[in-house]
Amino acid sequence: MVSLTINGEKHDLDIPDEMPLLWAIRDVVGLTGTKFGCGVAQCGCCTVHLDDAAVRSCVTPVSAAVGKSITTIEALGTAEQPNALQQAWIAQEVPQCGYCQSGQLMAISGLLKTNPHPTDADLAQSISNICRCGTYGRIRKAVAQATGGQTS
Amino acid sequence: MTTINRADFVRLGSMFAGSLVLGVGANGCSNQSQGAPETAGFKPNAWLIVHPDEKVTIFVNKSEMGQGVATGMPTIVADELDIPMENVLIEFAPAAAVYADPGFHLQITGGSTSTASMWMPLRTTGASARAMLVAAAAKQWGVDPSTLTTKSGTVVDAKNNRTATYGSLVGAAASIPAPAKPTLKSPDQFTLIGKVNKRVDTPLKVNGTAKYGIDVRVPGMKFASVLYPPIFGAKVTSFDATKAKQVKGVIDVVQIPSGIAVVADNSWAAFQGKAALTVQYDNGPFASQSTDTLKARYLKLASDGTGAIPAVERGSKSLTGKTLEATYFGNLAAHAAMEPMNATASVTSDGVEIWAPTQIQTIAQASAAKIAGVPVDKVQIHTTYLGGGFGRRLYSDFTNDAVWVSKAIKAPVQVIWQREDDTQHDWYKPMAANRVSGVLDAHGNLVAMQHTVVMDSILKGLGFPLAPNGMDSVSMDSVVNTQYEIPNYHAYYINPNSGVPPGSLRAPGANWNTFVMETFMDELAHAAGKDPLEFRLALLQKNPRAQNVLRTVAKNASWGSPAPGTKQGIAFGFWNGTSVATVAEVSMDGNTPRVQRAFVVADVGRAVNPTIVLQQLEGATNYGLSMALASIITIKNGAVQQHNFYDYLVMRMNQAPEIHADIISSSESPTGVGEPATVTIAPAVASAVFAINGKRARVLPFSLAYA
Repeated sequence: MVSLTINGEKHDLDIPDEMPLLWAIRDVVGLTGTKFGCGVAQCGCCTVHLDDAAVRSCVTPVSAAVGKSITTIEALGTAEQPNALQQAWIAQEVPQCGYCQSGQLMAISGLLKTNPHPTDADLAQSISNICRCGTYGRIRKAVAQATGGQTS
Repeated sequence: MTTINRADFVRLGSMFAGSLVLGVGANGCSNQSQGAPETAGFKPNAWLIVHPDEKVTIFVNKSEMGQGVATGMPTIVADELDIPMENVLIEFAPAAAVYADPGFHLQITGGSTSTASMWMPLRTTGASARAMLVAAAAKQWGVDPSTLTTKSGTVVDAKNNRTATYGSLVGAAASIPAPAKPTLKSPDQFTLIGKVNKRVDTPLKVNGTAKYGIDVRVPGMKFASVLYPPIFGAKVTSFDATKAKQVKGVIDVVQIPSGIAVVADNSWAAFQGKAALTVQYDNGPFASQSTDTLKARYLKLASDGTGAIPAVERGSKSLTGKTLEATYFGNLAAHAAMEPMNATASVTSDGVEIWAPTQIQTIAQASAAKIAGVPVDKVQIHTTYLGGGFGRRLYSDFTNDAVWVSKAIKAPVQVIWQREDDTQHDWYKPMAANRVSGVLDAHGNLVAMQHTVVMDSILKGLGFPLAPNGMDSVSMDSVVNTQYEIPNYHAYYINPNSGVPPGSLRAPGANWNTFVMETFMDELAHAAGKDPLEFRLALLQKNPRAQNVLRTVAKNASWGSPAPGTKQGIAFGFWNGTSVATVAEVSMDGNTPRVQRAFVVADVGRAVNPTIVLQQLEGATNYGLSMALASIITIKNGAVQQHNFYDYLVMRMNQAPEIHADIISSSESPTGVGEPATVTIAPAVASAVFAINGKRARVLPFSLAYA
């Protein structure tokens, strides 16, 4: 048994210790907002928070998440009350296909915990999540809007 | 007001014929729509239902892969119906003949055609429903319908100072016949078209609630992943699943025509089981091929012209003058949509149900019917949101596999590809070798050009017919239909039939051919001693729309005055009715071009949703740039050598330029926006690099050209 606390809710799961957290979240617990993109920590679609840190859940074994607070996109905000980043994403019309955006939002909200006013250069250095629709410019504008910063 | 003529209406009516969707009558335009007992709504046709609570469900017959059809299609209906966007509910249409694209005669999303082809049918369907609601109110009130107007979901009788909401009329409207000639709005009456700048799907895509194919969950479903033979054309001869079956969570291992499927409780167990398989293959003839052998063959074909099929032969081939010749070579590239291929299927004795992120419902449906041995109308397809498409999901390989596995295990199953499967079993942007020559007269005008394209047939890969002589108009896109007014022009197509699956990738054919045409235009302009913008304008004298995009992008970018430390390059393209032009401002970072700013302009006719058009111009620019920078698929011993995003390189934030997109919107009919801007960024960058260091990129990606 592996005990995980996801979005404040405790789940006791009969899964191997080495199962990546991504699959526990998606296929076992059934929260599908966190996406699978590469399986090798390259694309960032699967980003969740372990306590305050943004991690790539596709390479994080569930054993590493035991005793920690796991936060997924489902708990970043709600449809009724999107958080500041989500509001900015809506205002700037960031998503196209939208598939990578859960990961983008979790990665950037993770970054904001240590760097509340990232510049475009900070984003370029710290955020390596892949978006194949090419929404990078709108992400920069949305982050600037949400954090009161300036784009280049 | 404009009215559609009878012939148009008959054509539209025939589109509706045969609809069996959601209880809609056999002729969606007549009013046999009260059938479905589960709703009291008014269903004038297969495209919409007006509910008593004023909400209107609009069925979207195109797949939403980011390009905005889930917003754009309903906007067109809603405007003619005269309802606010807040009242719109969307539903992806099931697979049915009524939802076929009027151009393709298939239910398909591709070629940047959705808005262009559905523009009139959707306007007409909205206008027809509006007329029926007005007639219902007129009947209730005993007045002539012509004395009534509508506003924001309400029928208005101004003379008698009364109104009726559409929701209050759903019962009365059911007995109203559809009008033979619904009156369309004149463009100045549009309330939504050209004015709506939000997307209906954005809120769902920022909180994890949008459901993609991979998110489908069906009671009792299993997860499966398939081990495909690594070499193109290879077949499984035997396999040992002993170790795979020992993996915790693995339920079964079954052979299907495409490979070996490991069925499990969860995706990860299926992946683990797959890794534990031992398989023997008959590798087949392609096992001896590599990028080098293919490239040598392509270059030889381009050079000697063996098997060349004439595509355009205009004027003389024997002009003399200053002559330039060049050969270009384009490598294979993969789509790499963020959502790996997947589909969920349930095969039972009653039929097949499929949930999938597909761009090609009609073929997925027909193919599933064949596999399951059931009639086509026993195959239901639920289209989900697509995590990117770019043409990859025009192929039914992944839906077929879900059907095969479900049939084998007699349970619902989601077949999910790993990224490595996606990279190694794509339908690729074809390899290509192009030989071009051009002749300049004494004044430096381009008077003759020859262009031979060696590229696998993209139409053949799609299962679509080629021209009788074997010419593929898609593989030859932007060559056969070049917008340049070149008096003597000869184009030839050579199909190498390489054995690599040839794919339709965002602006297929055109994405490579435009690189060749535009880079060569820059070579010619340079040889002629002319400004590359003026050189192009001189070849587009009969094409004001093309001239306008070029002049506008030049103005936006301050052409001729690049930002300090950069050089500029310009390119023009044309894709399915849309003229597009790009100026790139570039510096070099070692051997890598760094695009500081990109300016892109497209003439899209009427822009239904300007924000979505801008998104597409920005996104296509990044997609084209990403592919040009370093995306390369290579073959060794018959197999793809790349695996995942660590060796198939795509753009990330740190390479994304500042993009200034601009729309030339007009009263012309809408044209496509999803693909055009893919084609112009790479040649614009290449020309800027030439201006910096004098190096010509005659190969893509740039990582090879400038190495």
